Amino acid sequence: MFLSYTATRQALLSGKTTCKDLVAHYLQKIEARNAELNAFVEVYAQEAMQQAEVIDQKIKAGTAGKLAGMVVGLKDVLAHQNHGLQGASKILDKFKSQFNGTAVQRLLDADAIVIGRQNCDEFAMGSTTENSAMGITRNAFDTSRVPGGSSGGSAVAVQAEMCLTSLGSDTGGSVRQPAAFCGLVGLKPTYSRISRYGLIAYASSFDCIGVFAHNVEDTALVLEVIAGQDDFDSTVSRTPVPAYTQNLALEGKPKICYIKETVENEGLSEDVKQATMKKIAQLKAQGFTVESVDFPLLKYILPTYYILTTAEASTNLSRYDGVKYGYRSPNVTDLNSLYKKTRSEGFGIEVKRRIVLGTFVLSASYYDAYFTKAQRVRRLIKEKTQDLFKTYDLILMPVAPTVAPKIGELAANPLQMYLADIFSVQANVAGIPAIAVPNGTDSQGLPIGIQVMADFFQEEKMLAFAKYLMEK
Amino acid sequence: MLTYEQARQKYELVVGLEVHAQMLTQSKAYSSDSTEYGSMPNTNISVITLAHPGTLPKFNKKVAEFAIKMGLACHCNISEYNVFDRKNYFYPDLPKGYQITQDKTPICRGGYVPVKTKNGVESQVRLNRIHMEEDAGKSMHLAEEIETLVDLNRAGVPLIEIVTEPDIREPEEAYAYLTEIRKLVRYLEICDGNMEEGSLRCDANISIRLHGETKYGRKVEVKNMNSIRNVQRAIEHEFMRQVELFENGLGDTLVSETRMFDATNGQTYSLRSKEALNDYRYFPEPDLQPFIITQDYLNSIKTAMPPLPNFLKEKFMNTYGLPEYDALVLTDTKEIALWFEELCSQTTNYKAASNWMMGSVKSYLNELNLPIAQFPLQPSQIAEIIGLIEQNKLSFSTASQKLFPALLDNPKTTATEMAKKLDLLQDSSDDLIMPLIAATLAKYPDKVQEYKNGKKGLLGLFVGEVMKGSKGKADPKKVNELVLAALEK
Repeated sequence: MFLSYTATRQALLSGKTTCKDLVAHYLQKIEARNAELNAFVEVYAQEAMQQAEVIDQKIKAGTAGKLAGMVVGLKDVLAHQNHGLQGASKILDKFKSQFNGTAVQRLLDADAIVIGRQNCDEFAMGSTTENSAMGITRNAFDTSRVPGGSSGGSAVAVQAEMCLTSLGSDTGGSVRQPAAFCGLVGLKPTYSRISRYGLIAYASSFDCIGVFAHNVEDTALVLEVIAGQDDFDSTVSRTPVPAYTQNLALEGKPKICYIKETVENEGLSEDVKQATMKKIAQLKAQGFTVESVDFPLLKYILPTYYILTTAEASTNLSRYDGVKYGYRSPNVTDLNSLYKKTRSEGFGIEVKRRIVLGTFVLSASYYDAYFTKAQRVRRLIKEKTQDLFKTYDLILMPVAPTVAPKIGELAANPLQMYLADIFSVQANVAGIPAIAVPNGTDSQGLPIGIQVMADFFQEEKMLAFAKYLMEK
Repeated sequence: MLTYEQARQKYELVVGLEVHAQMLTQSKAYSSDSTEYGSMPNTNISVITLAHPGTLPKFNKKVAEFAIKMGLACHCNISEYNVFDRKNYFYPDLPKGYQITQDKTPICRGGYVPVKTKNGVESQVRLNRIHMEEDAGKSMHLAEEIETLVDLNRAGVPLIEIVTEPDIREPEEAYAYLTEIRKLVRYLEICDGNMEEGSLRCDANISIRLHGETKYGRKVEVKNMNSIRNVQRAIEHEFMRQVELFENGLGDTLVSETRMFDATNGQTYSLRSKEALNDYRYFPEPDLQPFIITQDYLNSIKTAMPPLPNFLKEKFMNTYGLPEYDALVLTDTKEIALWFEELCSQTTNYKAASNWMMGSVKSYLNELNLPIAQFPLQPSQIAEIIGLIEQNKLSFSTASQKLFPALLDNPKTTATEMAKKLDLLQDSSDDLIMPLIAATLAKYPDKVQEYKNGKKGLLGLFVGEVMKGSKGKADPKKVNELVLAALEK
């Protein structure tokens, strides 16, 4: 019951359980393990119980919303009115959001219950959830390992059954990669599918709100509720939102490709490679066309991603200056020291590294060499990726090159950490939807994920195939 | 030391102007916050203006409409594809840490503004561009306060920046250009044009070079001029400051810097002690979609353009046959010009209409410091007065000294009614005048004789007597003619 909303809803509607019971269950799990795992940085126990009561009434009255009793957690980058919002950073110390972001508002309107906010890498920058002002988050399968990142807290909360689903954000794999490391489904929809209003900006032209769940049905349901046009985000798509949950049965046999450079990548671990190839063989045996394609641009995706995202981040994070809200250094003497000290003390090392990098690539002397060129390469990557969809319906690839690394293993080497994103960033650079689903485990029993990518706004096709992958 | 005139003969002045005009939209450029001026500090704000985490800008399309209107008025090319850019710098009154502006794709390109200086010199100041952007808030350094206070009411208020080519060669030309720009924004009703309150601001880029030199000199940017007159003063002063540096062999010490104008002593002073090179790291704003201006949209704005001052000036000169001076005065503000237009639709005596506008009407408005919108009379009433004078029913002096003031006190009455009520209408019918003449001549037979003997100066006496007899209602000209005829008989 605690692994599927379909089951939960049935139990709720048939009176076998109540929202209060559900919330009590999740709170108990949080009580038991959160101190160790650090998935939640704040838990709204009392408020969630009150909300559960309200929704129990609605269920009785037959007016319950689409997500009635779904207990969700929010990554600490999503604005939730009158609740803390820190981006896991000291610079937003004690900051409370004054409004609900669009996705959060739609969850609440559909009678979901928000149980708390979840740890992540500071401002969603990182791949391990080790760069947080609120401490590291641990993988529930093996607490000596990272959960992935940046939405590590959101993944672990679902993994450890502290909530049913989570909203995270995915700028370069921050939902899919931790989903893979934690054995979950992680969705990054098409860029602009979900309003970004209320999502703390890291790299605006890449940022997507994403969903964590145990299965594809719940993922599709949450997407269906939160996606779509929004007056507060002028970049959001006007494309109508299909009824994803109604179309999860795979129709026909989609044509699939996999990129040769991914499975032959030297950074790809043997376990992940085997699991991927095994899945490919299995699909072929089931009669699917699965073909290897060349994508020579693969090696340029990561540099392109880091140049463009750091450029955007460097200006997106300018607003955290100690003037209007959040942390202000107590040692300020004048305006310059206000900026310097507040930002030096308020930001963590990884965020500072990316701000400096982004400022550098946008500086007049290097603008064309880095930023302009990276923009061109991005367009090329997008075009070449779209070209694949002329022949194929879906692209299959690993989510991450390895299983969840040990805590501290990647933190010492940023470049190594950046490489962990090598397969996940393509969807963000191109803007296409992608989903990670579990694909077995390695020899130690650690989860391995596999990723399905589709053309723009082809979430229906992608979700149906992802469901098939999980079940067959 | 060179005098100003000597300096002007030796050196050429080169000026380019950047004008920021605050748009008269109801809400801000990228949020629905009010733009009202003079509200309590930090009341016209929201999470968007405050740049709270997770907020996004939303473009107010009215800003584009206003910018396009200005572009059309200045003969610019209107860009179809408008990208917004971020201009990055840190300042407490800039909540996002960047200003949303347009760098590579200004909404208007090229164009020109015809100007004519007070000395009658005509020229065309070419525009480089007009682009859309947002204003910053205000930092307030209060006396006796250590801390600086920030008011973000103005943050996000839409601006257009109008940038000229370095075409201006005379301080008077800058004056004429700004006067023209202010007239245009007011005609278009896109900006109130108030320089004192800062809704119209001007920065001047000033350099000098020897006459005949083709390369530009190093330019100095002068800011903080709160009137058109002060822009002219600042240019004059900055010109002389630069000339003196050159004359003293210190031309190399002239740096590209920003200087502030001090209106109290008419001088400029350096804002920064050392040259600070700002790298604004412009880059395309990813939070806004490019704004596309379709031909249909552009056409709809074109058809809704109000008449502009130059068009009306030409019309007043060519169609109404007015002298240029009249046409200029009457097109100074849109309200006066349109009132005059209305008046001219009800009379064909345009010169008389112009005289009334520039004389009695204007002096009344000036005396009470009223805009034409609050003038108590209707154009129809002035047209009626003009008609009465034309028909010789009223002399101009009676009309302006008696009828006009009486109408102002009773603006609901028609001119004819009031004239009748005050018994001001001339009765120049022969029936009235002929007996009066006969009676006058009969009264002074000896004077008639003297006249006939050559003392022609006595004519005035007879005319005056007849006028008196008519109680001022007879037309003096006609009386004059008839008396003369009677005497010559």
